[in-house]
Amino acid sequence: AVVSTQSTGSGGSMEVVRAPHKRTRVIASQDEDLEKHIVTPGDVITQNLDFMKSHGTTLGNGHISSTVAGAIHKVDKLVSVRSVSSRYRGEVGDIVVGRITEVQQKKWKVDCGSRLDCQLQLSSVYLPGNVLRRKNLNDELMMREYFSEGDLICAEVAEVGNLDGMLKIHMRTHEKYGKLPEGLLIKVPSVLIKRSKLHFHRLPCNATVILGSNGFVWVGPHFIPEQPIEAISMTLRETIARLGNVIRALAAYGVQLFDTIILTGYDISLKYKVKELLKPEVMEHIAQESYEHSQHQTL
Amino acid sequence: MSSEILSPEGLRCDGRRPQEMRKLKSELGVSEGPDGSAIVEQGYTKVLVSVFGPHECVNRNLRDHEKAIIRCSYNLASFGSGVRKKKMVSDKKSTEVGVMIQNTFEAAVMLDKFPKSQIDIYVQVLQGDGGERCVAINATTLALINAGIPMKDYVCACAATVYQDSVLLDINHLEESSRGPLFMLAVMPRTESIVQLQLDHRLHNDHLDKVVKETIQGCRNIQVLLDRQVKEWTVEAAAAYDIKPRV
Repeated sequence: AVVSTQSTGSGGSMEVVRAPHKRTRVIASQDEDLEKHIVTPGDVITQNLDFMKSHGTTLGNGHISSTVAGAIHKVDKLVSVRSVSSRYRGEVGDIVVGRITEVQQKKWKVDCGSRLDCQLQLSSVYLPGNVLRRKNLNDELMMREYFSEGDLICAEVAEVGNLDGMLKIHMRTHEKYGKLPEGLLIKVPSVLIKRSKLHFHRLPCNATVILGSNGFVWVGPHFIPEQPIEAISMTLRETIARLGNVIRALAAYGVQLFDTIILTGYDISLKYKVKELLKPEVMEHIAQESYEHSQHQTL
Repeated sequence: MSSEILSPEGLRCDGRRPQEMRKLKSELGVSEGPDGSAIVEQGYTKVLVSVFGPHECVNRNLRDHEKAIIRCSYNLASFGSGVRKKKMVSDKKSTEVGVMIQNTFEAAVMLDKFPKSQIDIYVQVLQGDGGERCVAINATTLALINAGIPMKDYVCACAATVYQDSVLLDINHLEESSRGPLFMLAVMPRTESIVQLQLDHRLHNDHLDKVVKETIQGCRNIQVLLDRQVKEWTVEAAAAYDIKPRV
């Protein structure tokens, strides 16, 4: 509910009080049996101890029980529970966007929203001038010149640690990976970004969107790594802000993110002012219409 | 509301019977910033818990290479009690409750799945009308489930007192202020283990068995209600995020 008051003096309407807006899911449950296979921590999954336990399960007193809230997954003799919410768990080959948190000896620590900070080794980074060579002592001392604390980078997951799940990231080619210039970072649930061939999208509206598999989405101007970017005009700033708000709206209502749906949302949002896109009703409208549009397209 | 703890008809000051619990309302995922959050209301006591993690343990001295560590901060809002709280700095009692909650969940959370990480629990008591510690533990359970942090079972807590040989469950502020014993239990209902026990003032040995039995039942009742809310949230989220079961 929205309560607005008319201010008689200036003649414009002024919204003073807004009641909280109850967020409803855009994608409703279509499976009536879903409830039967949903478990919560402590729920018994099976009394049959022949099953091999995987993620989300534990051995109780003569039974296998769940440790998270999610859906049961049984494949042959392997039983697991797919949690409905969790931090990003990386896989080799994922493209991630991260923020440098620490500069250590011969490596950087990067925050990409996973359970542990990622590691970026000095040896897996291209030096300015597109050079990949053996790093010497001088390079070690100059690490802060390349990436320092607070910088945003785009990289690829090279390895997933066996014991602790810590990710090792690298920058394999020069054109796409590296330090990101000025732009907008939006954090969305990582489950909303499906793994696909392309994560780096140069959109026709003069902006670039990078959909990191870890749920970090970067929106900014077109850029070539290492090359200075020209001053960003007001119209481009508005475009970037608009794209950012559209992404926030889609994510708030649980819609999967990919380039076509973002562009659809962008087109639908053009009839509103950029700041109006932050209103819950507008966000719901954009999410709903973009989702329906994308469903029609796939059919 | 009368001011007698237990009337001759067997009614408490808010009209409840001795074994009757307060009305419980809960909600998961109330904040967007934290990994997990929940609000639990039992009667007029309302607690908000936010959970961050597991994430990198920034303090090298506290980092454990074999399991995650839990840090808990308990805070009563200045508007949360009858008299406005003037001190904004954390006091001894708040620190103690924070450590108690930390110890409670160290027993329930599967910490060895996340070596070198840290889980932060922020407890904010928005309204305190008795049993704040119990509601805090119940809300923390929901917030941890909301964050997807694996736990052996729910941790449900309930407080009780004894008055004229009757066990009063889920006590409110007025009943807490009486000179009777304050008995709090936190249990994992399905695994039937007690994770936390707190006793203030004095409890007669003759009453012990009765109080323990009633309080465990109270915790079981809470678990059923919390589970209903969690299942509702899980079904919605599974549909929205396209997580299909496979049986």
